[in-house]
Amino acid sequence: METYYSLKPLLAVLVSLLAVVLIVIPNQRPNVRESWTIMAAVAKFTIVLSMLPSVLQGQYPEITLFAISPGISLALKVDSLGIIFGLSASLLWVLASFFSIGYVRGVPEHKQTRYFASFAICLSATMGIAFAANLLTLVVFYEILTIATYPLVIHKETGAAIAAGRRYLVYLLTGGVALLLALALTYQISDSVDFRAGGILPAGIGKSSLILLFILFLTSFGVKSAIMPMHSWLPAAMAAPTPVSALLHAVAVVKAGVFGFARIIGFIIGPGLLQKSGMGDFLAALTAITIIVASLVALRQDNLKMRLAYSTVSHLSYIVLGLALFSPSAWIGGLLHIVNHAMTKITLFFCAGAIYVRTHCQNVSEMNGIGRQMPITMSAFTLASLGLAGIPPINGFISKWYLVQGTLDVGQTIYAATFLISGLLNAGYLMSIVCRAFFRGSDKFVKYGEVSPSMLIPLVLTAMFSLLLGLFPDQFPFLFQLAARVASNVLGGGGP
Amino acid sequence: MSSLSILILAPLLLASFLATLVGIWRLTWAYIITIIGIALSLAAASAGLFRVLQEGTLRHYLGGWPPPFGIEYVLDHLSAFMAIIIVFIGFVIVIYPPGAGLYHVPRKGVPMYGLVLLLISGLIGVVVTGDLFNLFVFLEIYSLASYALITLGGNRAVVASFRYLVLGTIAGGFYLLGIGFIYFSTGTLNMADAAQLLPALYSSPTVVAAAALIVIGMGIKLALFPLHVWLPDAHSYAPPVIAAILAAVQIEVAGYVIVRMMLTVFRPEYFIEILPITSAIGWVAAAGIIFGSLMAIAQKDFKRMLAYSTVAQVAYVGLGIGLANPLGLIGGLLHILNHAFMKSCLFLIAGGIRFQTGLHEVSQFAGLGRKMPLMMTAFTVAALSMVGIPPTCGFFSKWYLILGSVEAGNWVFVAVILTSSLLTAVYFFRILEKLFAAPPNDDEAVTKATEPSPKIVVPILVLAIGILVLGLINALIVTRVLWPVVALLPTG
Repeated sequence: METYYSLKPLLAVLVSLLAVVLIVIPNQRPNVRESWTIMAAVAKFTIVLSMLPSVLQGQYPEITLFAISPGISLALKVDSLGIIFGLSASLLWVLASFFSIGYVRGVPEHKQTRYFASFAICLSATMGIAFAANLLTLVVFYEILTIATYPLVIHKETGAAIAAGRRYLVYLLTGGVALLLALALTYQISDSVDFRAGGILPAGIGKSSLILLFILFLTSFGVKSAIMPMHSWLPAAMAAPTPVSALLHAVAVVKAGVFGFARIIGFIIGPGLLQKSGMGDFLAALTAITIIVASLVALRQDNLKMRLAYSTVSHLSYIVLGLALFSPSAWIGGLLHIVNHAMTKITLFFCAGAIYVRTHCQNVSEMNGIGRQMPITMSAFTLASLGLAGIPPINGFISKWYLVQGTLDVGQTIYAATFLISGLLNAGYLMSIVCRAFFRGSDKFVKYGEVSPSMLIPLVLTAMFSLLLGLFPDQFPFLFQLAARVASNVLGGGGP
Repeated sequence: MSSLSILILAPLLLASFLATLVGIWRLTWAYIITIIGIALSLAAASAGLFRVLQEGTLRHYLGGWPPPFGIEYVLDHLSAFMAIIIVFIGFVIVIYPPGAGLYHVPRKGVPMYGLVLLLISGLIGVVVTGDLFNLFVFLEIYSLASYALITLGGNRAVVASFRYLVLGTIAGGFYLLGIGFIYFSTGTLNMADAAQLLPALYSSPTVVAAAALIVIGMGIKLALFPLHVWLPDAHSYAPPVIAAILAAVQIEVAGYVIVRMMLTVFRPEYFIEILPITSAIGWVAAAGIIFGSLMAIAQKDFKRMLAYSTVAQVAYVGLGIGLANPLGLIGGLLHILNHAFMKSCLFLIAGGIRFQTGLHEVSQFAGLGRKMPLMMTAFTVAALSMVGIPPTCGFFSKWYLILGSVEAGNWVFVAVILTSSLLTAVYFFRILEKLFAAPPNDDEAVTKATEPSPKIVVPILVLAIGILVLGLINALIVTRVLWPVVALLPTG
C-alpha cells in the first residue's frame, strides 16, 4: 500500500463547512440557501468519487495538516475502509438533501437555516471520521459529530424532543469521555495512535489493561452503534425530523460508531489480541443478543419510525457481529452491509417521511390501504423491506450471504442461526406493513397522491440502487474488492 | 541581559498614574492613555515571548544592582507565557465598554482605569520578578486593586469585597511569613540565590514551615477547595469585566506562584517527595473540581454559576501541579491560558446579556439564542470548550491532564476529570437548551432583545475565535513554550 500527498481528503471534509458559512448568511432566499447545500453535497460526492480509482489501485491519498498534540498530527488518509464509508455517506447526502428540501417545506419545519447548517456540519464530521488517519483525528471529528447532531435531535423543540436531546447527550457524552480515556490509554501503551492494519498494541500487553481498553472502546463506540443495553438514545432520537433519522440515524452517525469498531478491531487492538483475550467472543455474543432482541422489540412498535429505529439497532449489530467473528467472509459481509443497510434503511425512512408529509400518519396501524394512495412510495418501501430481510435479488441478501458464510467458516453455527432468525423477524415487522398497505382496504386512502418529486425521486433512486446492488453485484465490483482488501489486510491473509 | 521584562511593566504603571490623574478631568483621555499603556505593554510582552523563545531566559537588574543586593526581573518561558495572557486579557476587558462591563460608567472621580491598570501591573509584576519580597509587594498591589474594583458592583459587592480582603490579607500574611522564614534561614530574598542556598537546609523545620506557609497562602488566593469560600460572592457580585479578569488571570497568578516555588525556588523533588505538597494540592484540587461543578449545577444566577465553575476550573491547574509530571503540569499550565479565554468570554457575555436585557438568571434566558445570534454563537463555542469538546482548546488541557494522570497511574484523578466533563456538560447544555430550544420567554426583556453593539460583540467574538485557534495550535504552544518549563520534572 502506498500513499501520496493530496488535498482531496481535506477538501472533502471542508466543502460542507464552507457551505455552513454560506447557509447562515442572513436574509437570503430559501432557494439560494438550499442551493448551497445541494452544491456542497454534489461537490463532496464528486471529490470522494474522484479518489476511488487511485484507492482501488492501492494508492491512498493522504494529507498531514499539523501537530495537534506533540507527536500526533491531524491527518487524513483515504484507505479502502474509509472510502467505503465516505462514498456511501456522501452519495446519500446528495439524495437526502433533495429529500430534506421537500420535507421541510412540505411539513413545514421551522428554523430551516439551523437545520441545514447542522446537517452540513454533520457531514463534514462524518467525512473526517471516515478519512481520519489516526485515532486522535477520529476522536476530534467524532465529538464534533456528536455535538452537531444535537440541534437536529431537539429540532422540533417540543417537550419530547428536548427530553430526547437530553437522553442523547447523556449517552453520547458518556461515550465520548470513555473514548477520550481509551485514546489516552492507547497512546500511553503503544506510544502511537496511527491506524495500522492488524493493530498497533504491543503483543505483550497485560490482560487487564487490554480488557479495560476494550471495555472503554465498547462503551464509546457501542453507544453510537446502539449495541444493547446502550441503545435507548436511538429510538428516542426519532423525535428528530425524518430526513435526520434517515441520513444521520441510519447512515452517518450510527455508522460512525460501527466504523469506529472496524478501526478499533482491525487497526488499533488487532484481531489477534481480541481473539486471544476472549473479548471478541464477548462482543459477538452481545451483538447477537442485540440483533434478536431489537428485532423482537421492533415487531411490537406501532410507530413506523420507532419500528425502523429498532430495526436499525439490530442491523448495526449485524455489522459489528461480522467484524467480531474474525473471518474474512464475515468482515466482507459486515463491510458490504454498511453500504447495503444504508441504501435500504434510508429508503424506508424516506418512505416514512413521505407518508408523514402526505398523510400525517405515523403509526403502522393507520396505514391500511395506503399503497393505493402512494403506490410508488410503497413499492420502494416493499423493495427495501425485502432487501433488509435478505431476500434475493435485493442487496441485503449479498451481505447476509457473506455474513452467514463467515459464521460457518469459523464454525459458529449459533450466529448463523442468529442471522437467519433475524431475517425472518425482519420479514415479520416490515412485510406486515407492506401487507397492510396493499392488501387491506380502507376508505381513508382512496385518492391517488404522491409527494413532490424532490422527495419521491430520492426514495425511488435509493430503492433502485438497492435492487441494482443486489441484481448486478458484478457491476459494482469495487465494493467487493475494497471490502476484500480490508479483510485480508486486517486478518493477515495476504492478497492485494 | 535584557530590559524587556521591565518594559512590560513600566507602561502599565506609568499609564495607571496618568490615567488616574487625567481621569479626574477627562475620562476619554484616561481611556486613550489606558489603551496606549496596555498596547505598549502587549507589544513588549510579545517581543519578550519571542526573545525568550529565541534566546532563553532574560534577566534584568533593576537600577543596575546585581542580586542578591538589587532586585532582579526575570523573563523565562513560564513568566513570558503568563505575561502575555495577562496583558492580552487586560486589553480585551479594557476595550469592552464600561457601560456593559461595569453595569454603568462610574462617576468621574472613580479611578476605574487607574485601578484596572494597577491590577494588571501587579499581576505582571508577580510573574516577572525574580525577588521573593518584590513578589509580595506586587501581590498586595494587585490584591488592593481587586478589592477596590469589586466594590464597583454595588452594596453586596462591598461586603463580598471586604470578605475577600480579610482572607486575601491572611493569604498575603501567610506568604510574607513564609518568605520571612526563608530570609531567616538563607539571608537572601533573591529566588535564584535562595535556590542555591536552600537545598542544604531542606531538613530544617524553618524551611519546611516556609514552604507550607507559602503554599497555604497561595492556596487561598487560588481558591483551592476548601479555601475558596471568598470566591463565589466576590466573582458573582463584581461587575462583569472585573469578574472576567479576576477569574481569567488574577487567581491563576497564585497558581503561577506555587509552580514558581516548586520549580525555581525549591526543587521539584522537595515538593514531591520530601514534603507531600504536590500530592496534597492534587487531592484537594480533585475534591474542588467535583465540588465546584456540583455547586455550579445548583446555581440559578448566570454569573454565580460561572463563579462556581471557576472554583472547579482553577482546580484543574491545581490538579496539574498535583500530578507533578511533565504532561500533567502542561495540562495545568495550558488550562491557565485556555480558561483565561473561556471564562473571560463567558463573563463578557454575561455583561452583554445584562446590558441588553437586564436579565441575569439562567431560567429567564429562554429564546435569547435567536435574538443575539453572534453573541450566542460565541457562548456556544465557549461552553463547548468548557465541556471539553475538540477542537476547542478546553479539550486539550483535559487531554494532557488525562495523559498525565494515566502516566502517574492515578485513576481517581482520571475519573475526576471525566466526571467533571459530564457535570460541566450538565450546566452548560442546560443553558444552551434554554437559549435555543425552550419556548421563548414572553417577557418584554426577551421579545425586544437585540444583538448588542459591535463594541460589545467584537471583544467577545475575538475571545471565541481565540478558543478555536488555541485549540488548533496547542501543540505549538506546548512544544515551544511549556515543554521547557516542565522539563525539570521527573517523568514516569
